[in-house]
Amino acid sequence: MPDARNSILSRLRASRDANGIAPQAAPPSDFTPLAEKKWDPAERLDRIRRLMEAVHTEFLETTEAEWPAAVRGFLEKEGLNSLLYAPATEAGARLAAEWGEGGPELVPYDRPVEEFKERLFDGVDAGVTTTLGAIADTGSLMLWPSADEPRLMSLVPPMHLALLKADALYDSFWQVLREKRWADGLPTNALLISGPSKTADIEQTLAYGVHGPKRLVVVVVR
Amino acid sequence: MAVENVNFAAASRKALQDPQLRANFRRAMDGLVTKRAAQFADAKEWNGVRTLAASVRTRALAKLPELLEQLEANLTRNGIQVHWASTTDEANAIVLDIMRRNGATLAVKGKSMVSEEMHLNAFLEEHDIEVVEADLGEYIVQLDREMPSHIIMPAIHKNTKQIAQLFREKIKDAKYTEDVGELTDLARRVLRRKFATAGVGMSGVNVAVAETGTLCLVENEGNGRMCTTVPPVHIAFMGIEKVVEKLEDVAPILSILPRSATAQPITTYFNMISSPRKPGEKDGPREIHVVILDNGRSSIYEDEELRNTLRCIRCGACMNHCPVYTQVGGHAYQAPYPGPIGKILIPQIEGLERRGEMPHACTMCNACVEICPVKIPIVEIMGRLRTEAVKKGGHVKGAGARASAREDAAWKGWAAMYSSPLAYRMASALMAKLGNAAPASLPLLKEWTSARVKPRFAGRTLHEMARKKGIPDA
Repeated sequence: MPDARNSILSRLRASRDANGIAPQAAPPSDFTPLAEKKWDPAERLDRIRRLMEAVHTEFLETTEAEWPAAVRGFLEKEGLNSLLYAPATEAGARLAAEWGEGGPELVPYDRPVEEFKERLFDGVDAGVTTTLGAIADTGSLMLWPSADEPRLMSLVPPMHLALLKADALYDSFWQVLREKRWADGLPTNALLISGPSKTADIEQTLAYGVHGPKRLVVVVVR
Repeated sequence: MAVENVNFAAASRKALQDPQLRANFRRAMDGLVTKRAAQFADAKEWNGVRTLAASVRTRALAKLPELLEQLEANLTRNGIQVHWASTTDEANAIVLDIMRRNGATLAVKGKSMVSEEMHLNAFLEEHDIEVVEADLGEYIVQLDREMPSHIIMPAIHKNTKQIAQLFREKIKDAKYTEDVGELTDLARRVLRRKFATAGVGMSGVNVAVAETGTLCLVENEGNGRMCTTVPPVHIAFMGIEKVVEKLEDVAPILSILPRSATAQPITTYFNMISSPRKPGEKDGPREIHVVILDNGRSSIYEDEELRNTLRCIRCGACMNHCPVYTQVGGHAYQAPYPGPIGKILIPQIEGLERRGEMPHACTMCNACVEICPVKIPIVEIMGRLRTEAVKKGGHVKGAGARASAREDAAWKGWAAMYSSPLAYRMASALMAKLGNAAPASLPLLKEWTSARVKPRFAGRTLHEMARKKGIPDA
């Protein structure tokens, strides 16, 4: 409501100015306490693993050459029948090319969700996505979903497999925001994911998979 | 479910007689206090991040009108539609209009305290629109037609048995089970259908970034992501104070909020939304609306001391550490925000006429101030509101509503007595002789003694005893 807008803003401005608080009087913040959050690069992955395993995240170690086979092997071992993937991404194209015969069905997320809801919600066992890396401070994966790798891939299937390059590890979220200049251009949706979906709303008892994935598997690619 | 006649004293007496309720709260709060302390074991780190988070919020408030305009401009540029509401009625009308234009009859909603302020669910139900709370705790209290009893853990007042019973009664084909995993699965099954079919998804906003036009959401369950990604329309609610200046200002808040709230280093999901679905994208809402609500906040903003209330990041730690809240639980406050922050925020929003009692539900122990991640001087504001309630002409709505000529006269007499040595000596000598004979039922004394033992006066005053020891009068 335009009236509400103007009355709220003019009221705020009038009271702020009446009290003599110039906007520039507010001092800039000192981010040193966040800048100090640093780890030896060799320790970052251990820390990420420890923090994420504490909230039931699983880890799968593999290499650049072998990750598609490792993903397939993992799904077969777990007895899962289908994997949602992003065919138009580089990782997705490689996955499809190297998947081979038989085994779990590869389900491409290649249509708008409106044409895909039934299958997405009820017909896939797992989804695989890339990540931009991970953060040592809190044990968090960074995801920038895109037109090629849609948002719901990491949310709706009961298991989320996230590819993490072992050399894309950072100290803190603040460091990433600064060094990667996120403020210059954020995508439609940016995410930090630090474990499988969880809740403690029933008598503070932890339960996993309340709405999102029940299992999160970080596939560490070296 | 707006409460018509609020009465904290009566509601808390009732709560105190419920041993189950008190046990549920006691156990939960004690656990949270201990776990939070472990998260902030490094005192230097805690002080540093806390000072930083407080400075981010203080700076945002100093620039609030400019930041709101910048936020609006950047959200609009990003394709997000901005709506302003002075009152909760206006906000509700905006929501109804969006729902109707989209022909939506079902909405799924992630946790939003502003929507609790609006009593949005009740409003939409009156207009034949179903709103399903998707946060598990909110879903539980909605099934039982209750209000949340904690801003972070809405169903903390219930134990597993009570929830098991509730699910069996209210969810079709549900069997009785006390297995938390099975209960959670049951809710997952019901709510997944709702996510997939709702016309509108709703959410709160933890932080809005002026610099980039981004809405940030902190959550563990994934219901917030569902509500903001699956339905074709997303409506987000925020108070005018929720904005920060820069994207990097989000980092200290994200560092301190989950640790303060639930003693986690971070929540499972941190969700940053900057635009509706762009051409070529396969999911996400096609429309995003942000409702920016004032509801008394611009009035709080006018006063330099009270403005500190608006620094709040809604972590709920003050509740967990409050000796009053821990005893009586959240429902006794009969308000969307219970506990210490509620005791200073609700009276400022709703006025002291209706809520003048709330700031008195405080022992002034300062526990909340010590752990507040953005250094809100809660207890000072509590004192200020007590004064405002009995003084006409103050800043807060309903100032002077609890003024009493008798109490005023009593304090004036007290002040006069204490500023005259002669009057003080005469009065204390009189009390030493006659004080114990005064009945507890005297006016004014009666209110004090209704819940306390009447103090006993010593036979001799301190002055007499000092004189006897040879200490001369000053």
